Amino acid sequence: MSISNTHTLNAWIDGIGLLGPGLENWPAARPILAGVADYVSQSLVVPAPMALPPAERRRVGLTVKVALAVAQEAVAAAQADARQLAAVFASSGADGDNCDAICAALASDGRHISPTRFHNSVHNAPAGYWGIASGAMTPANVVCAYDASFGAGLLEAVVQVSVDAVGVLLVAYEAPYPEPLQSKRPLPSAFGLALALMPQPGPRSLARIQIELVEATADVLENAELEALRRQIPCARGLPLLQALASGRPGRVVLDYLSPLGLAVEIQPCG
Amino acid sequence: MQAMLRQRKSGLLPCRFESVNDLETFIGEAPDVDAAPLPAPFAEYECRNNRLAWLGLRQDGFSAAVEAAIARHGRRRVGVFLGTSTAGILQTELAYRRRDPVSGALPDDFIYRTTHNTYSVADFVRHYFQLEGPAMVVSTACSSSAKVFGAAARMIEAGLIDAALVGGVDSLCLTTLYGFNSLELLAPEPCRPFDAERQGLSIGEAAAFILLERPADNLGADAVLLLGVGESSDAHHMSSPHPEGLGARMAMAAALQSAGLQATDIDYINLHGTATPGNDAAEGKAVAGLFGERTPCSSTKGATGHTLGAAGGLEAIVCAIALQHGFLPGGCNTRQLDPNIPIRYLTANLDAAPKRVLSNSFGFGGTNCSLVLGRAG
Repeated sequence: MSISNTHTLNAWIDGIGLLGPGLENWPAARPILAGVADYVSQSLVVPAPMALPPAERRRVGLTVKVALAVAQEAVAAAQADARQLAAVFASSGADGDNCDAICAALASDGRHISPTRFHNSVHNAPAGYWGIASGAMTPANVVCAYDASFGAGLLEAVVQVSVDAVGVLLVAYEAPYPEPLQSKRPLPSAFGLALALMPQPGPRSLARIQIELVEATADVLENAELEALRRQIPCARGLPLLQALASGRPGRVVLDYLSPLGLAVEIQPCG
Repeated sequence: MQAMLRQRKSGLLPCRFESVNDLETFIGEAPDVDAAPLPAPFAEYECRNNRLAWLGLRQDGFSAAVEAAIARHGRRRVGVFLGTSTAGILQTELAYRRRDPVSGALPDDFIYRTTHNTYSVADFVRHYFQLEGPAMVVSTACSSSAKVFGAAARMIEAGLIDAALVGGVDSLCLTTLYGFNSLELLAPEPCRPFDAERQGLSIGEAAAFILLERPADNLGADAVLLLGVGESSDAHHMSSPHPEGLGARMAMAAALQSAGLQATDIDYINLHGTATPGNDAAEGKAVAGLFGERTPCSSTKGATGHTLGAAGGLEAIVCAIALQHGFLPGGCNTRQLDPNIPIRYLTANLDAAPKRVLSNSFGFGGTNCSLVLGRAG
């Protein structure tokens, strides 16, 4: 059953950023997702956020590094001006290491927490650092829907593209907690997935996507290791969309969203 | 709330929250949050933030209004978009004190998903009303529950939903009390927004809920409309605003543009006005630059404290009260206005009949959001 919209919710994907274990970036991941190269799981190598001034660069944790890496990859691939794009950041949690350090300090006698740790504890820290790195003064939204955070972010981003007719950079990212929180919220690895979404087709457009809310369960990935990533890391729930894009063929995938809803994405490759 | 504003009463008291007795500061603590546990089916959501949410849902006939909207539109057509900065992190702070002395493990009764996680409050509210539509938490620090108005309005315009439960819930916790203390931003007295001798902020907590719907054809004159939303980013610093208030000014200008209004159309501004020296100076420059000294404005944080991720929703409600009841709330605690900030700051209530008002919410990470609200008639 689909739900009627008054707007056609569509967008053109002009750039993709990807970073996950064994998925170094979009060009390297594309043949793996298309099934023509083997997936080899390996731990994540996260580049330093060189676009940040040195003082900020020293202060940031893993979530910011992952978010900025995929954001920059998507914007560069789209050959877009980051300062012209609105942004939607989606994550199921904030900086896990930072959160653990603060909670440990607050459980100690002194209760002393550092100012940097405190301002890095906000859920929108990656969005704030992205503004500093890119110079973008455009609106940046930061959303969370627990395991449905990727679906919530994609829905918010495509609604902005369709309703406001603006280009939107979607940045979904995740980093694991250390123990003892890791046992309560197990995430196997950091992961990032970014899409540069445009309201019109352009020379860099890879595909048009059209989304709708449906009552359906999410598609799974055939490769067992990739499927494990999809299941275990909320922002990796966007991988079925990237797999369809990697194939270069028109298609339709259903991504995880909030029960009883799924997010259906119709994909029409460009050119 | 209306009586509190009418009497210009401040709810700020010396901080005695939980075990916090070493901070010389004042807080706005909501009464009776711990008076009753959540209803049994929601036991896994048990934490201060969700209890505060539940308390808020039962005020002013709000739950009945939501149920009526569900009856009109259906469970799938009512969205939930709430702002919070720290959700139920207090639950984790307390659990860390009970870590296993040998293994370091958190206690078995600690549930991350329904308490600590940023989404927990929207999840609780969505389940409480058995809703099946879109939902999310917006977590952009102190602009969170202003930005939800924009997200909800877009979803309504896109036709995905017909109504949305918006607002924000943020509750006292040690992270924010000791965190703002580490930044030396807590006032040792009840906060004094825009005072020449302001010394910082007072932290508060609130649950603020608003039901947003597509306007009906036969609205009463008292109905409050969301006329415009403007958002921007400072792209400047993580915890200090742009010194000239550039991002704040962009957000206000965007809100006016989205409402199709000029600065002269605005009858009152509810300022973000946290009472830190830097924030008020930057916001003052932005307001003076766009509105001059004409438009009456005030910060209501002297009454409520800074309710962080709930501030945007709470202050939208302050604006709705001003619109419906015909008065402009003067700010509490401010004794000597800062002579370097050339705006028309109200230190007493003003009887007036505002038709269109603007509310500012700005946050860490340089996130800015302004709302324009107005009367239907």
